[in-house]
Amino acid sequence: MTAESATPVRGRTSDPEAARIRLLTAIEAVIVPVGAVALAAALFSVFLLTLGKSPATFFELLWRGGFGTAFSWQNTLIRTAPLIFTALCVAIPARLGLMVIGGEGALVIGGFAAAVVALPVMGVLPAWIVTPLMFVAAALAGAVWIGFVGWLRHVRAVNETIASLLMFYIAVAILNFFVEGPLRSPADPNKPSTTPLDPGLMVGSIPGMDVHWGLVVGVVVAILAHLLMSRTTFGFAARVTGGNVRAARAQGLPVGRLMVAACALAGATAGVAGYFEVAAVLGKANASLIAGYGFTGILVSFLARHNPLAIPPVAVLFGGLAAAGGLIQRRMGLPDASVQVLQGLIFLIILVSETIYGRVPFLTAEKRR
Amino acid sequence: MSEFLLSRRTLLKSAAAGVVAAPFAGPLERAAAAGLTIGIIYVGPRDDFGWNQAHAVAAVELKKVPGVTVVEEENVPETIAVQKTMESMIKLDGAKLIFATSFGYFDPHMIEMAKKYPDVEFRHAIGLWQKDKHPMNAGSYYAYLHQAHYVDGIAAGLSTKTNKLGFIAAKPISSVLQNINSFTMGVKKVNPAATVQVIFTGDWALPVREAEAANALADAGCDVVTCHVDSPKVVVETAEKRGIMCCGHNASQASLAPKGFITGAEYKWATIYKNFAELLTKGQKLPNFERGGYDKDYVQNTAFGAAASEAARKAATAAIADLKANKPYVAGELKDNKGAVVVPAGKVVDNYDVFLETTNYLVEGVVGSIN
Repeated sequence: MTAESATPVRGRTSDPEAARIRLLTAIEAVIVPVGAVALAAALFSVFLLTLGKSPATFFELLWRGGFGTAFSWQNTLIRTAPLIFTALCVAIPARLGLMVIGGEGALVIGGFAAAVVALPVMGVLPAWIVTPLMFVAAALAGAVWIGFVGWLRHVRAVNETIASLLMFYIAVAILNFFVEGPLRSPADPNKPSTTPLDPGLMVGSIPGMDVHWGLVVGVVVAILAHLLMSRTTFGFAARVTGGNVRAARAQGLPVGRLMVAACALAGATAGVAGYFEVAAVLGKANASLIAGYGFTGILVSFLARHNPLAIPPVAVLFGGLAAAGGLIQRRMGLPDASVQVLQGLIFLIILVSETIYGRVPFLTAEKRR
Repeated sequence: MSEFLLSRRTLLKSAAAGVVAAPFAGPLERAAAAGLTIGIIYVGPRDDFGWNQAHAVAAVELKKVPGVTVVEEENVPETIAVQKTMESMIKLDGAKLIFATSFGYFDPHMIEMAKKYPDVEFRHAIGLWQKDKHPMNAGSYYAYLHQAHYVDGIAAGLSTKTNKLGFIAAKPISSVLQNINSFTMGVKKVNPAATVQVIFTGDWALPVREAEAANALADAGCDVVTCHVDSPKVVVETAEKRGIMCCGHNASQASLAPKGFITGAEYKWATIYKNFAELLTKGQKLPNFERGGYDKDYVQNTAFGAAASEAARKAATAAIADLKANKPYVAGELKDNKGAVVVPAGKVVDNYDVFLETTNYLVEGVVGSIN
């Protein structure tokens, strides 16, 4: 029941009937998730009322803390960048029917690789060489990490969901081993970290904003991912595989290679998220890399229905939720978990709303007309 | 089906109306309170029976000070998020003093914010503020919990029958090693034949591994265990279940082990927080590098439990009196557990010596290794 399957005609056509149906499908793709979020908000209001708290205050603070002022917007956008990357890590394999949930591991390994590759050359080579080196190292490390998950799936039929999740724990163990052992900087006795990066290697802010360039790169990568999935033969083959693996095999598509490639691409995006965490925020690799962006990215991708173009706006929504969470805690005396309850409700209802597609009465009637 | 959808739509409409109306509901900035607003940031939940709870308990005390408003945020990760939390507390709540209570908040996050907001004071628990490196409106405060662990060690050393004690530790970092060492020094002082077996779990909160470690230590013949993990609840409960004795850490766990509890090392952050609030209210400068132990009432030991013998109580009480008088307890000759001398004979290490905060060894008497 995906949006595509409801569309009888794909591709460019001047047929007004096909155009009308495409429009209706697009409307459906917007109103179903928006409705789901609204329903989650309504249910959450009931939850707040049982706690004796005002839903009006909650949503007012949510709005103001996430989007109400220039400061709120920056607060939101700065949390958005890593979510775009980690959501893409879920969305790209999802098009092939693979459910990769271990983006957090690729983020950790990517960030770690970026910091490690800089260690021997920083101060020796100029920043314009080291920075791309770090970026590529992070993307490669992430690609290998999740690509391996795809490879396991292909050659050994290991469930990619479980494999990627378990590999997250391995990533954390690798990071901790090196950061607390051979690569530990003596500078900080209480927070084991790698040696801090030279200031010249740090990624700056977008002019006029307090938000680093990761946001722009994230949006660009999302657009590229969209083009890859909708305008190339790779994307077409990936979608065919996602639709029906056996049919794809029967057509002679290299299903295994497609899976590995999609997973590697996905891992690369999460690895880049790690790069920006290290080079734009932390300035070193340490356990602070494990901040949960990879897991929130799963929610973002589902809410965006694994559509790369929808990921940035949805990531903004989740960034806003996180940004407002603090204000809500402070002003309403609610525990941090309350915002997580809202996120959980949104996620559940989005999953349930998948069954609504093709059944929204007025749209369905229109289509049949 | 369609009826359900209709009613749902109505519901959505009203919710949407609420969201649209929200921006016009009033100003975001809270009218600045007349007194002093202090922000406290926690990395985990405030009710964790451990590190965060010890700070949250102090926050409750701080709120009782007239003219002080406390704003708190829990579960703030050590990412850009904590910078934004600080900014939000400053810009929206008018906070003039920020307490950042997790290791990873210090560098770069708190330092960045201190540079950006020179009118606001930032203080970090444990961090090593350095005059030539860090802004003057930043700083660090720390309570010498190892003094209370030393008292634990004395009480435990006189309570053990098997002369084998166990210590479950999170990570081999300075503040943890210090506590293992001082506990061991306390044990060895009253019971030179005893040894302390240490197990590192690898992270701050690994309840399953902590329980396994407690069981392994009990199986190995240890009859007293203590720990340095975020929440000692699991260790203390497991020890009680196994019928062995225990000492607490961070906050009071006495209620979790009615039979086996000896005493525990507790922070008393409230003393520091209230002092700082008072200084700022009077318009005085806050110290940048505040340290202290028993002498300044920054730490305490949990009231003796059922397992503390008469001799243990007496010796521990005497040790507390000495520490309150700021008598040093670390003196040469002190060797690490590989035989190297770390404090030469004749040298006495002052309680305020920063040497203690850069501990990277385990003292003689500890069975186990850092690597």
